[in-house]
Amino acid sequence: MAALEDLYASGHRACAGCGCALFLKTLMRVAGPDVIVTNSTGCMEVVSTPYPESAWKVPWIHSLFENNAPVAAGIEAALKATGRKGNTKVIAIGGDGATFDIGFGLLSGVMERGHDILYICYDNEAYMNTGIQRSGSTPYDASTTTTPAGKMSFGNQRPKKNVPAIMAAHGVPYVATTSMGYPADFTKKVRKALSIEGPKYLQVHATCVPGWGIDGALSLEILRLAVETGLYPLYEYENGQITSVKKIKNRKPVKEYLDKQKRYSHLFKMPGGDREIEKIQHIADLNAKHFNLDIEEKATAKEKEAKEE
Amino acid sequence: MAEKMRLTIGLVTKPGTTMQYHTGGWRTYRAVINQEKCIGCRRCADSCPDGAPFECAHDGKKKKFCVNYDYCKGCGICAYECPVDAIDMAVEEK
Repeated sequence: MAALEDLYASGHRACAGCGCALFLKTLMRVAGPDVIVTNSTGCMEVVSTPYPESAWKVPWIHSLFENNAPVAAGIEAALKATGRKGNTKVIAIGGDGATFDIGFGLLSGVMERGHDILYICYDNEAYMNTGIQRSGSTPYDASTTTTPAGKMSFGNQRPKKNVPAIMAAHGVPYVATTSMGYPADFTKKVRKALSIEGPKYLQVHATCVPGWGIDGALSLEILRLAVETGLYPLYEYENGQITSVKKIKNRKPVKEYLDKQKRYSHLFKMPGGDREIEKIQHIADLNAKHFNLDIEEKATAKEKEAKEE
Repeated sequence: MAEKMRLTIGLVTKPGTTMQYHTGGWRTYRAVINQEKCIGCRRCADSCPDGAPFECAHDGKKKKFCVNYDYCKGCGICAYECPVDAIDMAVEEK
C-alpha cells in the first residue's frame, strides 16, 4: 500500500482538508528518509504527535515556539563536530507565529551564522492552533479572534510582514516562497533548497480550514487563487537577488479570492467594505508591479496605453 | 483505538504509530472513485492530506487507485482536484 509507505504517516489529527498536513506529507515524500526534523510548537506539532503516538517515521524533535531554528542548528553543528554529517539534511519546520513573531530573533541568528539547515515556514496566516489569533503574517483586513471585524474595525489593520525579504537581507544563499496549491513548484523548490549548502528559508502558503472559514474541498483552489490574484507572489531569492518569479497570465481580481473565505466575509456585508476590497486590490497591484508578475499581452499593453493617455 | 503502549524515558514514541488511530470515523462523506472514468493520473493521491487514495493495482494500461477508508476524512479535495470528475463524495452510512 503506497499510503502506508509515507514518511509522514496517516492517522494524524489534522482537520479534514488541512493544507498544512498536505505540506508535511509532500515534504517528506520529497526529502526522503535521510533527514532530521525539528518542529516548533504549532498545529503541525500537535496534530502529528498526539502522545504516545507519532506520525513521523524520521528522527523528529519538538522544540519550543522560539528556539526551533537554533535546535536545528545545534543538531547540524553536532553532526559536523562528530563527523557524521554525510548527506543528512536538517530541516526546521515552524508555523508563521513561530517564524514571524516568536522565533524571529533566533531564526535571524541562525541565518546569520550560516548553519547548513533548511528552515520551512508553513504560512497559514495566524495562530491557528491556539484559536486563530493574529500573527505578523495575518494579511490586511482578515478577521481573527484578536482582530475581530465589527462596527469599529475591518479586522487586522496591519499588512503582512515581509519575512522572505528580511531573510534575503541576511545574504543567505536561498530564500523562496511557494504554495501548496502548486505541488510541482513546491517540490522543485524543496529539491533545490536541499541541494544548496548553507542556511535556506522557504515559506509555504497553506490553508487552515477553520481559521480561514473555507470549504475543505476548495483548499488547494483557494491557494491557487491567492497566487493568481497576486496576493501571494511566488519567487526565489538567490544570494539576495530575486532570480525567478512565477508569472501570472490574466491576473484575477482579489474579490475571487476573498469571497470564498469567512475571514473576509465582513468586507462583503459591511458599509465601506468595497473601499477595503479596493485597498486589498491595491496590495495585489503593488505586488504585481514589484515582482513584475503580469505576462504582458498585446491587448493588455494597448489598454494600458489607452489608460495612460 | 490506541492500544496500551510502553512509555519511554524522554517521551520518545515509536515512529508512525498514529496509523493505529483510524481518522476515517470523522467523515460525513466518503470519496468513491469511479474506476471507469479514472485515468490513473495520481492527482487524488498527491492532493490528499491524509494519504488515503493509493495505487492499488496496475492493469498494464493505467494505474488503478483505491481509497483507504481507515484514514479518509472526507474533506473532498480529491473530488475537487480530479481532472475527469471520477470521484464522488457519497454520504457515509453506518
